[in-house]
Amino acid sequence: MERNVTQIALFAALIAALGLVPQLTLAFGVPITAQSLGVMLCGTVLGAWRGGLAALLFVGLVALGLPLLAGGRGGLGVFAGPTMGFVIGFPIAAFATGLITQRLRALPVGWAAGLGAILGGIVVLYAFGVVGMSIVLNKTLGEAFLLVAAFLPGDAIKAVLAGLITAALARARPGSVLSRA
Amino acid sequence: MISLSSPVKTRAHSWPAGAKLMALCVATVALFGLQHIVPLGLCFVAVLALYAAPGPVFLRAGLARLWGLWPFVAVLILWHWATGDLAQGVALGFRMATAVGLANLVTMTTRLSDMMAVVMWLCTPLGRHRRAIGLAMALVIRFTPIFVLKGQGLALAWRARSARRPGWRVIVPFMALALDDADHVAEALRARGGLGNL
Repeated sequence: MERNVTQIALFAALIAALGLVPQLTLAFGVPITAQSLGVMLCGTVLGAWRGGLAALLFVGLVALGLPLLAGGRGGLGVFAGPTMGFVIGFPIAAFATGLITQRLRALPVGWAAGLGAILGGIVVLYAFGVVGMSIVLNKTLGEAFLLVAAFLPGDAIKAVLAGLITAALARARPGSVLSRA
Repeated sequence: MISLSSPVKTRAHSWPAGAKLMALCVATVALFGLQHIVPLGLCFVAVLALYAAPGPVFLRAGLARLWGLWPFVAVLILWHWATGDLAQGVALGFRMATAVGLANLVTMTTRLSDMMAVVMWLCTPLGRHRRAIGLAMALVIRFTPIFVLKGQGLALAWRARSARRPGWRVIVPFMALALDDADHVAEALRARGGLGNL
């Protein structure tokens, strides 16, 4: 019980810390940081439930008013803004990433984690993000997707990195990748 | 860790956090029922008046947080200008800025402890897990600045050994550190009687 709680809490802190590393701002002002990589890694390393709960805890603290999102953003305004779908989708994305990594046991851990990150951290996350943006900006889903499509290449790179990092962690510390334990 | 609540004390700081959150929900739903530029513009002006009421420092802080929306407002206006429906674009810009402005206003006028009290009240049906949630929130607040420092330390260690900028490989020891810290904190909690003793 204690270990589960501390792993969930410290990985939520890790998502926050990864959002505070130097960032690039691309089109439409959405900052590109390692934060969404942190969400993917929660799933690939902690597994579905613990990873999803870590991302949920992170999102909950953002809602409470802590400036934990990339660029020091936070508070309830995030959940009324155009990127709200992405933030709301973080826990489900981490859960899906973890679930896929767990289910693809036949594959090497790096490949399973990479595929999990692509399906969970990109497909699932963008599904939430596009719906959120279409609601706030009053655009069709196709139009909203066009607005976020510019970020897909960056997130694809992050998904590959999530696979490489998870594989490296599994090599360095066998047993530490809990999604495969 | 610094919360986003405003250091400028307003009358709204003493209002119950639960009531403010309920009012925000009702206001946001009502706002999405409005379509035309005039009522949405008036709502935006009303929100600006709410920001201006506590004084210029509060107004500046509030506007600074709203400023992050400008790329989206610009996209909306350009989009609707191109489709020949500029008024609708401006109306949508007003609606988005008003909704975000109201939500930020609740964050700015509610202390973190009051928000946490609402969350703890909402978690009452979870029984003993409620205490674990409180502990987890405190651990995130404590460990985020520690991880930022550890991340900077790892980057420095990389720079001391390589001419290249620290890349993604630094994240591997970062993850190992997080897992080690989680084990150490869990052991410390168990040594003090575990979560059942909180």
